[in-house]
Amino acid sequence: MALQLLTEAAHSGPDPLALLPEIFLLAGAITALLTGSFLARQRQWITRVIAIVALLASAAAAVAALGAPAASVYEGSYTVDAATGGARLIVAVSALLVILLGRDELRGTDRESEHHALVLLASLGAVVLAGTSDLLVLGVAFLLASVPLYALIGMNRTRGGAEAALKTYLLGALLGIALLLGVTITYGLAGTTGYAGLASGMATAPGAAVAVGLLGIIAGLMFKAGAVPGHFWVPDAAQGAGTASAAFATTVPKVGGFIAAYRLLDAVHGTVNWPLLIAVLAALTMTLGNLAAYTQDDPRRLLGWSTVSQAGYLLMPVAVAGSVPLALPALLVYLAGYAVSNLAAFAVTAAYPDRRTLAGFQGLGSARPWHAGALVVSLLSLVGTPPTAVFLGKLTVFTAAWDGGFWWLTVIAAVNTIVSLFYYLRWIAPVFRTAGPDTPGAGDFSPRPWAARTAVGAAFLILAFGITAGLAWAALAGAPHS
Amino acid sequence: MLSLIIVLPLAAAAVLAGLPRLKDSAARTVFAATAGVETVLAVGLWAGYRAPGPGGLAYEERLRWIPNVGSSYHLGVDGLSLPLLVLTTVIFLACAVYDWKSRDRVRARSALFLFLETTCLGLFAAQDLILFFLFFDLSIVAMYFVIAGWGHGDRARSAMKFFLYTFLGSLALLVGFIGLYLGADPHTFDIPELAAANAFRGNPAGGFVLAAILLGLAVKTPTVPFHTWLPPAHTDAPATGSAVLAGILLKMGTYGFVRIAMPLLPDAWRAWSPAILTVGILSVLYGALVALAQSDLKRMIAYTSVNHMGYILIALGAAGAATGAGSTVRATAVTGAVTQMVSHGLITGALFLLAGVLQARAKTYDMGAFGGLATPAPKFAGFFAVAAFASLGLPAFSGFIAEFQIFAGSIGAVPLTAIALPGIVITAALFLRALQRIFTGPVKGRAEGFTDLRPAEMLSAGSLLVLSAVVGVFPAPLLAAITPAADAIVSLVRR
Repeated sequence: MALQLLTEAAHSGPDPLALLPEIFLLAGAITALLTGSFLARQRQWITRVIAIVALLASAAAAVAALGAPAASVYEGSYTVDAATGGARLIVAVSALLVILLGRDELRGTDRESEHHALVLLASLGAVVLAGTSDLLVLGVAFLLASVPLYALIGMNRTRGGAEAALKTYLLGALLGIALLLGVTITYGLAGTTGYAGLASGMATAPGAAVAVGLLGIIAGLMFKAGAVPGHFWVPDAAQGAGTASAAFATTVPKVGGFIAAYRLLDAVHGTVNWPLLIAVLAALTMTLGNLAAYTQDDPRRLLGWSTVSQAGYLLMPVAVAGSVPLALPALLVYLAGYAVSNLAAFAVTAAYPDRRTLAGFQGLGSARPWHAGALVVSLLSLVGTPPTAVFLGKLTVFTAAWDGGFWWLTVIAAVNTIVSLFYYLRWIAPVFRTAGPDTPGAGDFSPRPWAARTAVGAAFLILAFGITAGLAWAALAGAPHS
Repeated sequence: MLSLIIVLPLAAAAVLAGLPRLKDSAARTVFAATAGVETVLAVGLWAGYRAPGPGGLAYEERLRWIPNVGSSYHLGVDGLSLPLLVLTTVIFLACAVYDWKSRDRVRARSALFLFLETTCLGLFAAQDLILFFLFFDLSIVAMYFVIAGWGHGDRARSAMKFFLYTFLGSLALLVGFIGLYLGADPHTFDIPELAAANAFRGNPAGGFVLAAILLGLAVKTPTVPFHTWLPPAHTDAPATGSAVLAGILLKMGTYGFVRIAMPLLPDAWRAWSPAILTVGILSVLYGALVALAQSDLKRMIAYTSVNHMGYILIALGAAGAATGAGSTVRATAVTGAVTQMVSHGLITGALFLLAGVLQARAKTYDMGAFGGLATPAPKFAGFFAVAAFASLGLPAFSGFIAEFQIFAGSIGAVPLTAIALPGIVITAALFLRALQRIFTGPVKGRAEGFTDLRPAEMLSAGSLLVLSAVVGVFPAPLLAAITPAADAIVSLVRR
């Protein structure tokens, strides 16, 4: 259905170029898949080039469209505005980093072209999820974002990967049905699937029915966001899937999930008391993620739980959608900062894939200072230390939540941040310890080159974003006062 | 000019970090030269300083940074920050000299200390809450690596405790800053704008915002009961790390009181002043008593820091107390508090550098392990005695000037603060006892074969003590800079 939508877009829409970034992703996926089936295994790298070109083109088209005024296309079913623009850019850059950090892992394997095609398709799903303003397209985008994800997670065909894929699939199917059910109920109540008519259509509907409909949709989107109650798959996927797939699964779907939730809830502002529900989910998610990450010894599983806790902070601006002007910029800034920080940390694990305990990183600081630096920058960014990328996100989401009346959520988030520092430090501390003879791998650090380069590059991106994002934001949105 | 002072150490640190094959001798030269240039620049800053008038700033710089949340790269100095900027450069220069002969990963350590210097200078020059928070947090990160990387004993645990505890403070601070931001209309993080707006006048929410800020600053200062991270951090930190921690980082807390808490939330400060006075008095007495019970020299000095920071709190609390005292008395207390920040930085910096000599020679700080040390190490004994007398508030040293003004002002405003006076007596007793245990009597234990002070150690610790004596004998230039700013703070608090 999404394919149909997009191919239609190319022919019959009012402005065929409005969806150019999405079209590049789709074209890249199809080209990579078709080309891959005709290439010998040693020449599968061509599909990687195709994917990179498609992502760069998509990002460039997204940047070109950034300054344009918000527009609604295809009879209001898709919105091209700042949120969609942000989603396009974050998704394209994230997917690019995923492909770069997975280069060494996937080179010459028999699944390389499929991997790239699936990454592009799932990215497309995430972008459409973020951009849609129609319940039916939301359902389609959910499937488009989820189905490639199941395949990606299970693709390395290990036991852990299979288990993670099954878990993701079962949870995705369950919450996907909840989403479709919610869509049906909401449509029945409002008489329309377009977001623009939802609030007025449901004005006279019974509150309980409205709540059930929204609840179903939110449950589905929380699966994409990796937040309570849809978070169970995240740590398993982070640990069991291949490194590139794990990095992708913990980053890109969130972009779609959170912006979709924001857009929908913004549209039904003032119907039922959903802000409190979201605020409670936020508090639960960050607390659960942090407490569970506490005892992890596998860096990948630790990162998995850390992304759950980050989802909690990301829900804070969603809880005040529609009532605080700062909410949307806060969400976008946090998503961008989180994506690059999380990917930088995953890139370090991709550079040393055999080190699956925290102690295995002993001695990295003296053996590979740049990689240790990249790890420290990414983890401190996840903590929210200035001047890194997530700091600006944390500052804005804390402010937005408090401004919307949820001061208690800001306090809970601050306490959670302190808790999170503890387990991030559990990883930083061994890096600067001298490797002992009992260290796994005994301090012999020979990195996978591309993953390591991606880690260092992403670390610079974290700092650059953290320092300059404020100015870029002002340039795009216009400063409120000088 | 201010930006240059702040960025120069960072640039030098980047150069050191970027040249992995640099020789140790080159690295320590870069460190010492940068620290020296910084000191010269800071002294030049002071020489060219003209008091900007109430609420004004000298050397002001302002660039757009995050305009959409009302935050900018805003720097400036006044009589409160200028002495601390100079103090920072002096302490770091002393550290560069002290560690001249050290061979332990010189390049990395030099880079880390230079980075730390940038964060300290940036914090004292910041006129924007977010910028302040940035330097506040980065100083914690840098000090964590100093303790974890170059400390001794149970350093990983102490560093972790330091990081977690002070990070708790910084998050409380952030929550308070967000409260200040949301309370002001238009929303802003700019410190002078917030001070002028006084948005929380008559608003009870100001009390909660101040509570968050007080918690954050009290952890950093530290005051009772948030001081428990300090003794282990000091004990396990390297000597220069301790000197910076006690000399500069603790001042970030007390500086926050005069820069942020008092001028931005005057109503709440006045309402909270009984609690602030109580915490101050408790810190003075408890810090002194616990210091008296220590056998580990560094722990003892660490607890005297709690005691000394308590005096500052007493003075600042008295400045906001609801009594009939006039502005002059309160301004005297605030002037004393800022003088105490400088004085404590110089004297305790010297004390920690000297205590580090014990660890370097004998691998222990236990006072019981020494005896009669004055015989093999007469210079060490002399320097340490001078530092100890300076610390206990002997006239002719800066500590006397500071504590005299603090008590003159505080007792004038709130006579009850006189119950903190025994703190001075206990401090005197504990320093004399420490001198007696370590240096007098027959030579025994680790004192045998103890090498006396080396030139670098004498130069670094000695110059800090000389500066303390200069301030003690000629306090006029320092007080001339501080007094107008203290007057301004008092009038802001009493509005």
